[in-house]
Amino acid sequence: MERIPILKMGRFLLVTVQVDMHDRLAMTLQDDLTGRIVKDRAHGVLIDISSLEIVDSFIGRMIGNIASMARVLDAETVVVGMRPAVAITLVELGLSLPGVRTALNVDRGVELLKGCIEERAQGNGHVAG
Amino acid sequence: MATLRDEIYPIRSSDDIVKVRQITREWALMQTFSLVDQTKIVTAASELARNTLEHGHGGEVRIQALQEGSRRGLRLTFVDQGPGIPDLAKALQDGFTTGNGMGLGLSGSKRLVNDFDIHSETGKGTTVMIARWK
Ligand SMILES: Nc1ncnc2c1ncn2[C@@H]1O[C@H](COP(=O)(O)OP(=O)(O)OP(=O)(O)O)[C@@H](O)[C@H]1O
Ligand SMILES: [Mg+2]
Repeated sequence: MERIPILKMGRFLLVTVQVDMHDRLAMTLQDDLTGRIVKDRAHGVLIDISSLEIVDSFIGRMIGNIASMARVLDAETVVVGMRPAVAITLVELGLSLPGVRTALNVDRGVELLKGCIEERAQGNGHVAG
Repeated sequence: MATLRDEIYPIRSSDDIVKVRQITREWALMQTFSLVDQTKIVTAASELARNTLEHGHGGEVRIQALQEGSRRGLRLTFVDQGPGIPDLAKALQDGFTTGNGMGLGLSGSKRLVNDFDIHSETGKGTTVMIARWK
């Protein structure tokens, strides 16, 4: 079966969503990612949507689900590379992604995740690992 | 109003939704829509095609490239013979869903287009027409 690859980048997982996913593929990704967060003990997930020409409510819901599942598993989610036209359209569609952070590109996303994790570690009185 | 092109595509599987997005994009380009306008009509088409498949148990979309004076537009008409929508006013509210969606498909796509028209009869089916003009 067709699958979206999940790449390990240190403590983070990177998913590059390819052009025009059909619905089944999106559902599979959701399941695969949850499994990988646990298996790889990931602290963060980066979802690169720079090749997505649109985000509709289905993809939006998938991203939201990934973020809430990641949170339960103690990982942060950052969406990177959203195209400006997509961002404008999302607002009009009425889709807000609560709990999902966004960054311009993967590098900025990684910085954001590192910041989140440090902040959290300090808040908990632990040393960032 | 002149019709420049007029075609019908089936909506029977999730691959057909991808196909509807691609066709809508091509036609929006053909009508020289701006990138933002393209994105809006393709997003609305994706929402309504999914409703046709999931709630209407499949159907079809008619896509028309229109010209009125110097205005160019795209009209999409989604038709199914599914269960219909008992309470349209409710279905058009942000957040209303009878499934596990976000309830944004209808209300959201209405905001993304210039013309929006919906007809539904319980037990007979649903027709949703949208148009966007550049
Ligand atoms: N073609 C249709 N046939 C029958 N019922 C429909 C149809 N389209 C929409 N509906 C009804 O209207 C409700 C609202 O539709 P809408 O697209 O706004 O939300 P959704 O499909 O439930 O979720 P989302 O689109 O956000 O994933 C649906 O839950 C469904 O009950
Ligand atoms: Mg819908």
